[in-house]
Amino acid sequence: MSDPATPSIVTRDLNLWYGKFQALRGVSLDIKHGLITSLIGPSGCGKTTLLRCFNRVNERYGYVTTTGEIRVLEKNIYDPDVSLIELRRSVGMVFQRPNPLPLSVYENVVFGLRVHSDSPPTRATLNEAVEKALREVNLWQDLKDRLHQRATTLQLEQQQKLCIARLLPLKPEIILMDEPCSALDVEGTAAIEELMFSLKGKYTIVIVTHNMAQARRASDECIFMLLGQRIEHRRTEDLFIAPENPKTAEYIEGRYG
Amino acid sequence: MNASPVPRFGETPSVRRRLRRENLARWVFGAMAAAMVLPLVLIVGYLVVRAAPALSLEFVLDVPKRGMTEGGIWPALIGTVYLVFLSLLVSAPIGILAAVYLNEYARENWFNRVINLAVINLAGVPSIVHALFGLGAFVYAAQFGYSIISAALTLAIMTLPVIIASTREALASVPRSFREACWNVGATRWQTIRSVVLPNSISGILTGVILQVSRAAGETAPVMFTGVVFFKAVQRGDLLPYYLNEQCMALSMHLYTISTQVPGVKEAIPFATAVVLLTLVIAVNAAAIALRVYLRSRKKW
Ligand SMILES: Nc1ncnc2c1ncn2[C@@H]1O[C@H](COP(=O)(O)OP(=O)(O)O)[C@@H](O)[C@H]1O
Ligand SMILES: [Mg+2]
Repeated sequence: MSDPATPSIVTRDLNLWYGKFQALRGVSLDIKHGLITSLIGPSGCGKTTLLRCFNRVNERYGYVTTTGEIRVLEKNIYDPDVSLIELRRSVGMVFQRPNPLPLSVYENVVFGLRVHSDSPPTRATLNEAVEKALREVNLWQDLKDRLHQRATTLQLEQQQKLCIARLLPLKPEIILMDEPCSALDVEGTAAIEELMFSLKGKYTIVIVTHNMAQARRASDECIFMLLGQRIEHRRTEDLFIAPENPKTAEYIEGRYG
Repeated sequence: MNASPVPRFGETPSVRRRLRRENLARWVFGAMAAAMVLPLVLIVGYLVVRAAPALSLEFVLDVPKRGMTEGGIWPALIGTVYLVFLSLLVSAPIGILAAVYLNEYARENWFNRVINLAVINLAGVPSIVHALFGLGAFVYAAQFGYSIISAALTLAIMTLPVIIASTREALASVPRSFREACWNVGATRWQTIRSVVLPNSISGILTGVILQVSRAAGETAPVMFTGVVFFKAVQRGDLLPYYLNEQCMALSMHLYTISTQVPGVKEAIPFATAVVLLTLVIAVNAAAIALRVYLRSRKKW
């Protein structure tokens, strides 16, 4: 583990263009280690784009240009010696719609392990990894007798938890979540939030959310973005009680969004 | 942690091994894709080289001479154009309309499942069977005799199921949400089809139809059984040499005849005939691609 005092993710003057359209403008941030940081802002302000920068998924589109610096765990991820495979292993991502693979629950959880090991892991290693990961996301009680059921037949909430569990055997340091609750009902949302609390400390969590109440409930720090710019980044309570920037104040009062 | 010899996110030996395998896989896939181009280039190159002495505009426009051992291929070329055009004139409207019904109106019930099954199976029937069917149905039963009509109808039956299948695919690629948007403002199905579904799938539908041109132009058996003859005397360069109730010549059949049935044909002539047939097919396919690109560029979603 890295030193808790140093930030997990640092960006300096980050700009990103989709073709000619600039989606991020001079974003500089320090995301603290072991906390839950939420990203809020109106639709289209670049939250997803920023999140996808942190494990360099945006580059899959040929027309994306990025300038500026991103340091993850004190390493500039644009350094030539960075392996995308290793980066993505340490920086996991959870998507808006749960996307379990069309395999069994068991195989979903061990998928990453299998991909990342040279020789086939032993049954015992795999079994242990599955139990540990499912316990961590509070799914073990529900699913321990149904490990060989197809993951796509689970309830959405369970699917989303499984998608989180799928990251854990790789021992990631950072988990990125892009509106992980927007496809879930109230109970599902509560369960995922509870899960985030239990993972806090062990992992650095960055969560994009559309829902201001959720950001307020579930995060330690909050970043407000507008039109590709970072407007304000403070402790969540402070941001909501006494926003510094008038634009933030207007947004959290619901004047636009 | 950082004391380990590998820098953070650096390439471990394991990663390097996986990347090597990745490169190998990429190379194999790429090589297979390239290997597909090679035979095409070889076939076309070989044909063109062997055909070169006979190829000229004169060859295309002239009629066969001296018992088909010399001269050109005009009657066969125009015959093929007749057959392909007429057969698609019949099969394209029927096929497209049937596909619209199957994709837009039909519900899941046994009747429609039977239709689907029939379409799939018809597409797999060998062309020689179509030939016999055409002979029985059009030449004898319908009493069209050995004629262009019989041959074109036989080709139409042969291309119909494939047109239905490709049209259904094109229709299915139009997002469901477009249809729902229409239904939700009270449009009928026909209004939805006309204003949204067809305009957005027309490029796929036309491509599917045009691709059948090459199939119809290349088949020998179905037309040989129903309305194509070895030889038919026509004027050089005549655009309308045939009546529909007559027999005609066709390129595929002509190629067969001069390669296997007629002694003493100049060597380059069969190759030149093949090149003309191939050029016709490639030109039509290129037109299909161009049309598709044009229609796609206007489609924005
Ligand atoms: N793949 C893409 N290609 C082009 N533009 C994109 C792409 N993804 C997002 N954008 C644009 O970038 C802006 C930011 O999008 P996004 O990061 O998805 O916003 P958010 O997640 O905050 O709603 C939007 O204006 C969007 O239209
Ligand atoms: Mg988003």
